[in-house]
Amino acid sequence: MAQIFRPSSNTLARASIVGGGLLVAILALGAGGFVYSSYMTGVGDPRIQPVPFSHKHHVADAGIDCRYCHTSVEESAFAGIPPTKTCMNCHSQLWADSPMLEPVRESWRTGRSLEWVRVHDLADFVYFNHSIHVRKGVGCVTCHGRVDQMPLTWKVKTLYMEWCLECHRAPERFVRPREFVFSMDWRPAEEQISLGRRLVKEYRIQDAAHLTSCSTCHR
Amino acid sequence: MAEPGRTDVTSDLAAIRERLAAARGKTYWQSLEELAGTEEFQALLGREFPENASEWMDPVSRRAFLKLMGASLALAGLTACTSQPEERIVPYVKPPEEIVPGKPLFFATARPLQGYALGLLVESHEGRPTKVEGNPLHPASLGATDAFAQAAVLTLYDPDRSQAITEAGRISSWNRFLAAVSGALDRQRARQGAGLRILTETVTSPTLASQVRALLAAFPSATWHQYEPAGRDAARLGARLAFGEFVETQYRLERADVILALDADFLGSGPGAVRYARDFALRRKIRGREARMNRLYAVECTPSITGAAADHRLPLKASEIEAFARAVAAGLGVGAGPGEARPSGPHAGWIAALLRDLQAHRGASLVIPGDGQPPAVHALAHAINHALGNVGSTVIYTDPVEVNPTDQLASLFDLAEDMDAGKVELLVILSGNPAFTAPADLHFAERMSRVAFRVHLGLYQDETAQLCHWHIPEAHFLEAWGDARAYDGTVTILQPLIAPLYGGRSAHELLAALTGTPEKTGYDILREYWKSRYRGQDFEAWWRRALHDGLIAGTALPARRVALKAAIGEPENRRTGDTGAKAAEPGTLEVVFRPDPTIWDGRFANNGWLQELPKPLSKLTWDNAALLSPATAERLGLRNEDVVELEHAGRTVRAPIWIMPGQAPDTVTVHFGHGRTRAGRVGTGTGFNAYALRTAAAPWFAPGLALRKTGARYPLVSTQDQFRMQGRALVRAGTVAEYQRHPEFAREMGEEPPRDLSLYPGFAYEGYAWGMAIDLNACIGCNACVIACQAENNSPIVGKEQVGRGRAMQWLRIDRYYQGALENPEVSHQPVMCQHCENAPCEPVCPVAATNHSAEGLNDMVYNRCIGTRYCSNNCPYKVRRFNFLAYQDFATPSLKLMRNPNVTVRSRGVMEKCTYCVQRINAAKIEAAKADRPVRDGEILTACQQACPTQAIVFGNINDPESRVARWKAEPRAYGLLADLNTRPRTSYLAQVKNPNPEIGEG
Repeated sequence: MAQIFRPSSNTLARASIVGGGLLVAILALGAGGFVYSSYMTGVGDPRIQPVPFSHKHHVADAGIDCRYCHTSVEESAFAGIPPTKTCMNCHSQLWADSPMLEPVRESWRTGRSLEWVRVHDLADFVYFNHSIHVRKGVGCVTCHGRVDQMPLTWKVKTLYMEWCLECHRAPERFVRPREFVFSMDWRPAEEQISLGRRLVKEYRIQDAAHLTSCSTCHR
Repeated sequence: MAEPGRTDVTSDLAAIRERLAAARGKTYWQSLEELAGTEEFQALLGREFPENASEWMDPVSRRAFLKLMGASLALAGLTACTSQPEERIVPYVKPPEEIVPGKPLFFATARPLQGYALGLLVESHEGRPTKVEGNPLHPASLGATDAFAQAAVLTLYDPDRSQAITEAGRISSWNRFLAAVSGALDRQRARQGAGLRILTETVTSPTLASQVRALLAAFPSATWHQYEPAGRDAARLGARLAFGEFVETQYRLERADVILALDADFLGSGPGAVRYARDFALRRKIRGREARMNRLYAVECTPSITGAAADHRLPLKASEIEAFARAVAAGLGVGAGPGEARPSGPHAGWIAALLRDLQAHRGASLVIPGDGQPPAVHALAHAINHALGNVGSTVIYTDPVEVNPTDQLASLFDLAEDMDAGKVELLVILSGNPAFTAPADLHFAERMSRVAFRVHLGLYQDETAQLCHWHIPEAHFLEAWGDARAYDGTVTILQPLIAPLYGGRSAHELLAALTGTPEKTGYDILREYWKSRYRGQDFEAWWRRALHDGLIAGTALPARRVALKAAIGEPENRRTGDTGAKAAEPGTLEVVFRPDPTIWDGRFANNGWLQELPKPLSKLTWDNAALLSPATAERLGLRNEDVVELEHAGRTVRAPIWIMPGQAPDTVTVHFGHGRTRAGRVGTGTGFNAYALRTAAAPWFAPGLALRKTGARYPLVSTQDQFRMQGRALVRAGTVAEYQRHPEFAREMGEEPPRDLSLYPGFAYEGYAWGMAIDLNACIGCNACVIACQAENNSPIVGKEQVGRGRAMQWLRIDRYYQGALENPEVSHQPVMCQHCENAPCEPVCPVAATNHSAEGLNDMVYNRCIGTRYCSNNCPYKVRRFNFLAYQDFATPSLKLMRNPNVTVRSRGVMEKCTYCVQRINAAKIEAAKADRPVRDGEILTACQQACPTQAIVFGNINDPESRVARWKAEPRAYGLLADLNTRPRTSYLAQVKNPNPEIGEG
């Protein structure tokens, strides 16, 4: 009676053990890579906006403070997207005929709002509050990156929960003096950790147990 | 056929009585089913949810379902591969003043009900009113509200509200209406308005009154009628009987030591109820050993929350209460000569003790007559209060708050007669639904058809709208300018929170159109009126101040003197016609009419929150029932849910039976408001129409009700046996005497394990530790907190069938316990929500760590992690977790999206949820405090239930701060933890109930 398995089957079996393991590893790596790919996270992916608004031009070239447009960042959960009126403060005079700004003028004429595409979109079950982060010394740059170097706006962080927790577990690694929160190019003069520890104390930032309680962000 | 989870009890009533009589000490019970202790009930107890609550009820078999689910689950992983849909940010073009996106604003206004104002502060998110709170400056509110006010936002956003002007059912326009009505008015002008009739609800609005008067001046022969189905005619006529004129009666409950309620639900309904509840509870809160509690005697026919709060309650037929009042009056030497000062009859001992108590508290006692009692009882109460020296102390008289107090039923009767006689040519109905709510013997709907031109202004295309030529959508009170007076006369200017969603118009605007100025807006009308009344220098500042404060300072009516007539005569009764009563024919019963406790006179029928709200005592939802006393049900051989035919004055309705402990024997109480035929998708077809039995001659009670069994059954859904906690010492109550002897009586009714009884090291709660305390002595079971919680936390409604399966989603329930005999049990209310146990049993059993403990002691629930195993709910001894068995939320209706609180996640199917101690409010307060570098102040965080509570029975705060109110309450000797013997260490404490019975009567 012929053998069902020939001797070469041994090799196949060994190879399949290794191969199977490899396959699982590749799939896992692939899935991981996919989850962290910019397709999923949107990091580095500029969104198409009704007007190709350049933070680089307004912040770096014109030197406008963040709060000129994002007015409620110090008092509300929402930093605020400027009303058309804010744009028209300058653009009724400057570039008043630029075709690129036609949507802004149209909005002003018709009273219909501009519709911006949200770049930083947290899940609906997360309740983030800008004002308290700003108050506790989290710089704009820490989460939004160097917007003063962005001709179009994209996000630089994943906004995944693990990313939030990086700071909520150890805020001393990220906080800066309040007066530099809106600064784009601030660098700590001393070691961040020792400065951070001092600031955490001074600003009475809650400990990790409080900051990582579920209801801090979810409700 | 036995429904699952239901038992047949009536056959066992005798056994129940025996069992109650044999019980030693206090036995608390919630329902007759529980007392009967049948096998089915025991089975029900053992289950976490009633049978079928968690079963797959569709025709698809369980097996097929599992197959489908297996495939779905395999594919479910793929859903993670989609990124979130793109979202848009739509900023303003020109930013409105004061709006900071993400921060709510609060505007003062008022809720008119039956004409009277309840001051409100309404929360507005970017122009959307989302939540109603009481206005702390307003005398009728003092920061609290009732359940109706809490539910107002749902009515505002109700997609079933009428959305277009219609002519004979077809969509028309305002201009066409103006053209049509001006023609009709021109014809009337020629006849001095002899054929013009205006029908409104009770009016206290000074502006509306001036408009109506202007219209009447232009049409001198026209008449103005007011009608309110749950009206206060008896109070008006009673005052006229006693004093010869209409006066407003106000009570100062905080000054009253002894209160006698004569069928009066002063805590639950009426213009001053919210304030009265606060004042009443002020004298029920015991701090320390000192107990200067008031004592409430309630004589009533059908159990009300006032009766439930009473120290002594006497169930009497509604018709016997007048005789009772006469006996009390005679005992005090009022009215009749001094000869018969000795009460006789079955309740003689009770009355004698009551009389001695009243006499011992002259000037600090109070007799309150109910709106459902005849004018004679009101007159007697006035006379008794005079005799006891209460006037000026606990009773205050003022000029009427109403603009034009009349005998409303008589007025409606006249209108119906005039319509019948063809005298009415133009009928304008400003709010109200008389075609549905008018007493049946007026045949109002039928007679309306004889009017040539009928106009209806209303929130809904209701029964009346259908019968009118023209229907104009009414602006909700949150959409319109207006004004109204509170129970004490204080005027509030109502300001709109949002432009009319459906192009509605206010009564002011419609009246302006009738007087030839259709271009005037509500704002113009209000400003014009108040400008004409203003005598100061700076109207603008005055106006802004009035709007900001939510009231016009100094407009409360001053107390005035009244002269009691020497002899109180009989009231004239212009409402002729046969009462239809077969004067107490043997075998007939007495029928008692009351407005529904949750949907009132039917106007809130399409409000799902109120429909699903369990009624305070029966705990019925989505229905009304014919309430019978246990003895009467036994005599007639009736069981719960038996359908009977009720016949009164020649008209019949079919109604299901509900046996109501504490109901007076041989009476049947029916709540009117249900049985709507054109209420909307929610309210049409719930319950039966009790108006069909009501007559103008006897609007509140009448003898001669015949009751016939039909053999049919109708399922009623009561939540009284749901989420039960199996008969442990959950609600704890004692008497003042017991308390003074032994203040810690409640704590010793259960065992509390020492805090170090654990193998694990304890967690040190540093900083804030949130906790709550609830004073059961102050809780009156009014339900305001339940709706407040629902509105604040975006809780859905589930419908009658789902409530029956135990799937109601309210995070806060009020358990109602009975103690004592079936005929007249004592009642305790206990609000129960998540207790935020420090050793929470729900947490360790969650396989995905979706429920966790926060560092401040909150039991957090993370919806996005929850996979719906329901283990947590299974392990919760308090049964406070709620599971979204189905997709209860309405994610589709656009208007409902506007209503939701943006700070609370809207949950979908398959997710567990529960009370969070309003964590969104905690976080908001913490952030504001941190930004100002200060700790959160005591009282800065109010949970939604706490804020709404009329009696301030709930406090919330930081228990680490020994000076906080909550810490002080928890240190009271009456404080105990619910099921603390399980070592769950609940963060919510209850303060035991203490009753103040008259030792001469004894407990009960």
